[in-house]
Amino acid sequence: MLEIRNLYANINGKEILKGVNLTVKAGEVHAIMGPNGGGKSTLALAIVGYPGVEVTKGEIIFDGKNLLEISPEDRSHEGIFLSFQNPVEIPGVSMVNFLRTALNEHRKYKNLEPLSATDFLRLMREKKELVEMDNKLTNRSVNEGFSGGEKKRNEIFQMAMLEPRLAILDETDSGLDIDALRIVANGVNKLKRPDNSIIVITHYQRLLDYIVPDYVHIFYDGRIVKTGDKTLAAELEKKGYDWIKKELEEKELQY
Amino acid sequence: MEQQYIDFYKSYHQDIKSHSAILLNAFRDEAFAKFEKLGFPTAKLEDYKYTDMKEPLAVDYGLNINHLPIPVNPYKVFKCDVPGIRSYLYFVVNEAFYPVTLTSNQQFPEGVIIDSLMGAAEKYPELVEKYMGKLSREKNDGWIAFNETFAQDGFFMYIPKNVKLKKPVQLVNILHSNVDLMANTRNLIIIEEGAEAQLLVCDHTMDNVKFFSNRLTEIFVDKNAHYEHYHLENVHQQTTNVSTLLVNQQTSSKVLANIITLHNGITRNSIEVNIDGEFCETLLTGMVIGDKTQTVDNFTSIVHKKSNSQSNELFKYILDENSKGAFSGKIYVAPHAQKTFAYQSNRNILLSKNARMRSKPQLEIYADDVKCSHGATIGQLDELAKFYMQSRGISKAEARFLLMFAFTNDVIENIKIEALKGRMRLLIEKRLRGELAYCEGCMI
Repeated sequence: MLEIRNLYANINGKEILKGVNLTVKAGEVHAIMGPNGGGKSTLALAIVGYPGVEVTKGEIIFDGKNLLEISPEDRSHEGIFLSFQNPVEIPGVSMVNFLRTALNEHRKYKNLEPLSATDFLRLMREKKELVEMDNKLTNRSVNEGFSGGEKKRNEIFQMAMLEPRLAILDETDSGLDIDALRIVANGVNKLKRPDNSIIVITHYQRLLDYIVPDYVHIFYDGRIVKTGDKTLAAELEKKGYDWIKKELEEKELQY
Repeated sequence: MEQQYIDFYKSYHQDIKSHSAILLNAFRDEAFAKFEKLGFPTAKLEDYKYTDMKEPLAVDYGLNINHLPIPVNPYKVFKCDVPGIRSYLYFVVNEAFYPVTLTSNQQFPEGVIIDSLMGAAEKYPELVEKYMGKLSREKNDGWIAFNETFAQDGFFMYIPKNVKLKKPVQLVNILHSNVDLMANTRNLIIIEEGAEAQLLVCDHTMDNVKFFSNRLTEIFVDKNAHYEHYHLENVHQQTTNVSTLLVNQQTSSKVLANIITLHNGITRNSIEVNIDGEFCETLLTGMVIGDKTQTVDNFTSIVHKKSNSQSNELFKYILDENSKGAFSGKIYVAPHAQKTFAYQSNRNILLSKNARMRSKPQLEIYADDVKCSHGATIGQLDELAKFYMQSRGISKAEARFLLMFAFTNDVIENIKIEALKGRMRLLIEKRLRGELAYCEGCMI
């Protein structure tokens, strides 16, 4: 489904991604872990086409299509979704207007008629329940005045509305208390289907207790340095990142 | 530039006077002498430095001082197409009030007078004399002097004590001519103690000639009275509009003025509010959408003369292509006007490299126990917000539209007439999408 080959990318001229390789197949859950500043979020932003990330080398292929040639909105239409680490506040744009516009543009891309107002509201009500989203929030402007936790919950709500085939959750767990974490994780699990995939970017094991990964990748200094199954996350939790750094240094010494 | 008008007045002042009212003529020569001395305001004056009027003033406009009738019945041409609203509808065509032909919707509460200023000056001379010129004559302003020299008629509205109008009054100004035309009009609005009224002023142009409009409006809002003034300008690019609003507020009165320029040529709005009582509330808001070579200069001045009043200003501009905007916000707090609250905010978005915005707050505070603030920003659309929307599948163009529309939202929220609010949203949406935003038959 997603194939990233030897990806290099810069932010403001500084090289952040240094040869990322990653293959995600339909139905899989991948976790990407690693220390701060390693480039995990940059990878996520490169996949969704953020203009601040300049890809200098390599490819991102999604369902056989070269994503690097596709606009951010069409990447979304193709089924890619990023739950932002820092969701953006948009004062004056109501949640309803925002989501209806988004949803109808998705439908237009698939040559479907726009949803009627009643169908849209019904869908919204249904999806709101999934993440136990408060009516108070959906009546406001997008993310405006939302707490950190509410913003994250809103990301998953949007994900539920758009039903992506590949969802990237960038530190969706940060800023969530244990109850909110459970709600968000349950929401994600309910959205899980055999034909859609998830990439979870996180620092902690705790989210992975709820959303169980098929693969765990360790991301360090701009690339994936180690891949394993879910036990790797537990090992990382126990030993910390220094262990990885040491292992890497030893490897380099061997050459 | 002034000379042709000076010569014109000297030759034709009798004609001008014979087509106006005694009260309006009483100070005409005095105003003319003032204009001879002041001339048209130029960019050399601090309050006029942002917008030069040389070019539009170089045009040879016709003046219809003999009130030759215009073959148009605005009541037939314009129909209200907004469901759910009824307004008391009036027209000023060029320089003159259009005689009311629609009597069915003019049944307002007893004592309310809405008429031509000329007619009112003849029918109710004591009432008109008590107010007219009380705010304008103390000013030393070339545009005001010019207006008082040439204006022969306009709109008159009187809301007597404790009368609350349930429907808004709508005044549609139409510029209609087959030659380049200048129209000078004068309006007088009196809201007596405890009375309440809403006025919507719409400006429209009907023909593809050059227009110059110079309008002077005096507004008196007595104790405990509420007055809302909405001004929607939607005229063609060859129009120059100079509009001066002079407002006087007495104790515990509330005034809201919302000045929206959707489409224009060159516009200068001066709004001067004299808060002459305690516990008053004043809200001035405005919005400008400009592109091509449109120019909008909003000048505001709020004078806090007494204690315990509050004023609030919010002006927003979206400027594209080669358009120019200016905002000046003068706030004066007199030495004894303690416990004054005065806030001012001017936010602007420039969409092109060639668009220009000039913003000037000017606070003069002579009392020590006051809260005043001002802020001005000039920037672009929030790129991050735009990308966030794109990442949800919203196209770049639509994201841009949503952000611009959102930007105008708090100005629209200050409209208290629901049907007008809806109508404005629609017009703004059309305008921002680059479609023609002409009011269908022009109406709320």
